[in-house]
Amino acid sequence: MESFFNTVKAVPLNHYILLCSILFSIGVIGVLIRRNAIVIFMSVELMLNAVNLLLTAFSVYRGDASGQVFVFFIMALAAAEVAVGLAIIVMIYRNTSSIDINVLNKLKW
Amino acid sequence: MSIFYFIAFLSVLFALLVISAKNPVHSVLYLILTFFTITIHYILLNAQFLAIVNFIVYMGAIMVLFLFVLMLLNLNVATEPAKSNIVKFAGVIGGCCLLAVLVASLKALGVSKPVVLTNPGLGLVKNLGKVLFTEFLLPFEISSILLLSAMVGAVLLAKKEKQPDGKFF
Repeated sequence: MESFFNTVKAVPLNHYILLCSILFSIGVIGVLIRRNAIVIFMSVELMLNAVNLLLTAFSVYRGDASGQVFVFFIMALAAAEVAVGLAIIVMIYRNTSSIDINVLNKLKW
Repeated sequence: MSIFYFIAFLSVLFALLVISAKNPVHSVLYLILTFFTITIHYILLNAQFLAIVNFIVYMGAIMVLFLFVLMLLNLNVATEPAKSNIVKFAGVIGGCCLLAVLVASLKALGVSKPVVLTNPGLGLVKNLGKVLFTEFLLPFEISSILLLSAMVGAVLLAKKEKQPDGKFF
């Protein structure tokens, strides 16, 4: 078991930052290029998870448990966010019978 | 060491598939796979508590909620009208610019030390519970209020409202 965890020892912290930056950027691109509200929502989840992973990596790097507690709080926040967000999407669908975000342009100008 | 790079490659691949899949149900399934690879990352970092929570909360609860809403709204077909190509192109360029800025600042930072697990019991439930219930007790209680209000809010939002003339809208 101990040797299994030793496998990460050779990974530099920079590579974790690079991986999380790539995942976060993919989430940003997903928000920008999709029109389906639920897929946009999933891209936001992807960004949250990239940040969670980076917080955990920093926590292990510094030997401080606070980072992992923050991740726990972010997960609780994400659960609340998903519940409210999906309720809003259901309401939008009921009023406009579509979840295309381009329909929702009443506040645009 | 190489297992990290393999899992990282899988994470990026599935994340790309999430935003490029035409059918929203396929997007959700790829997102589940992405979260699974992130769970493996947590296990590699010996954050066992977070790995289990990620597995149960994200892959279990949140993804079931997504699938449930997709099926409820009958959106499991690829009916989404595509954005114009110029908007897509601008979005990809914008995201790549963000990535370039992040990578450039990372390069300016220089070479980093490897991630070494100095305290093997760091991510275990025992250690995290001690920190959570001493140092972070107030935020923990506040987050319970947040979850309660989110639950009430979700029910209020999704409930059909009765109009004065007796019709549901």
